[in-house]
Amino acid sequence: MTAVLTESRPIRLKGRSFLALALAPELPFDDWLARLDDLAARSTGFFLQRPVVLDVNGLTIDRSQLSELVEKLGARKVRIMGIEGARPSLLGPDMPPAMLDGRPASDVSPSADGAPAVPAADSDAPAASPLPKAPSSIVVSQPVRSGQSIVFPDGDVTVIGSVASGAEVIAGGSIHIYGALRGRAMAGTTGNAEARIFCRKLEAELVAIDGYYRTAEDLGSDLHGQPAQFWLEGDTFKVGSFA
Amino acid sequence: MGKVIVVTSGKGGVGKTTSSAALGAALARNGDRVAVVDFDVGLRNLDLVMGAERRVVYDLVNVIQGEAKLTQALIRDKRLETLFLLPASQTRDKDNLTAEGVAEVIGALRQAFDWVICDSPAGIERGATLAMRHADIAVVVTNPEVSSVRDSDRIIGLLDSKTLKAENGERMEKHLLLTRYDPLRAERGDMLKVDDVLEILSIPLLGIIPESMDVLRASNVGSPVTLADETSAPALAYFDAVRRLKGENLPVTIPGEKRGFFGKFFGRRAA
Repeated sequence: MTAVLTESRPIRLKGRSFLALALAPELPFDDWLARLDDLAARSTGFFLQRPVVLDVNGLTIDRSQLSELVEKLGARKVRIMGIEGARPSLLGPDMPPAMLDGRPASDVSPSADGAPAVPAADSDAPAASPLPKAPSSIVVSQPVRSGQSIVFPDGDVTVIGSVASGAEVIAGGSIHIYGALRGRAMAGTTGNAEARIFCRKLEAELVAIDGYYRTAEDLGSDLHGQPAQFWLEGDTFKVGSFA
Repeated sequence: MGKVIVVTSGKGGVGKTTSSAALGAALARNGDRVAVVDFDVGLRNLDLVMGAERRVVYDLVNVIQGEAKLTQALIRDKRLETLFLLPASQTRDKDNLTAEGVAEVIGALRQAFDWVICDSPAGIERGATLAMRHADIAVVVTNPEVSSVRDSDRIIGLLDSKTLKAENGERMEKHLLLTRYDPLRAERGDMLKVDDVLEILSIPLLGIIPESMDVLRASNVGSPVTLADETSAPALAYFDAVRRLKGENLPVTIPGEKRGFFGKFFGRRAA
């Protein structure tokens, strides 16, 4: 049985990753800012128009020091889009948001003309990645409890157990749930329209593939409590049983 | 070395304090040394349920802040000489509980008692996470109702991630205590079925406590229900729960379920 669920044009939510410069300030900040000014004087516009993340990992600073630093950087036209490695107590509504799960990329060094030279971007051949290839699937062998979130942008997620109401599984590839899906499942979030979602028992709050989503209300009651799978055909969100 | 039990739920009003007092008294009745610790700083209730409110001098926060010794703050029960209460502070707030202070108090209690029962506050904030932090066993109190079940599920997730046991890579022993179970409403389908709750939470069932006026009556006279009326249905259910907690394999019966002669033999097994 296959039901077409697309009626109106759905809103698309997509994941994107961008290369940001991560600035790691050192204490005392005044010395470090002086060195930064020196760098900026030698290569004008280094930070202009670039997403910059502040990496404060390992620094013992308080909230006022951090907000003062962000302010001083702002005065130098360095706009901080996020802060990595800060305790939640250091951040507030007036501060840039916390950034998590950053993965290292090649170092960026300023060139004479001021534009950061991004390695590999200017070569024709695809550059060999310095990182080992990540595994393309993970297996979660416990139930995913309410409030928990499994995020795996690199591939498939298999859950042996149920995904509770208020829990979410987010995968770059497909999602397989050997149990009841009562929470949210979002597959193909990195732009993979081929991804699918499978579950033993469908009681989901929300399912999404490549940004197309359906809530429990849109899903209707035909397959409620039944084994089900979801996939995309073009712009059409499909659901079917596989019993 | 005693065992530390946290009685927790996420949601308020499901019966954590009642269950902490009832389980504590049931354990102490067999001669085990039991300390029941109220972690609900600012909204203390356990002293009332255990009938010790007129004898509170020092509390948990006083001990943590070094203003009183543990032996000064512990209140011995008037009926059972192996049952003790460590009350919470009503005037301070939860920020006075420090992680180091709680670790020290629980460590000392663990040395002196067979069982340390931590009555957790509702919610998932500091008080609740500190109450569960040092536990060996968790009793998750749940009503057969969707919001309570979802909150309990959230708490089970925290028990598996935020406790010392979880951080050391060990498995926290978790038990489900289904409270305020109303056979009449269950028959009408107004409540979640026991099997549905067990399927969603997937942890073993410690017991089913029926909704009963005996519980209200007991807390009004300041007595754990297992001491107030030892033959009442909730008291019997708590006694069975304690036997299972101690490792006995006792089948769980669902209150109000009519069972024939054979049904008794093919009783529901505790998972």
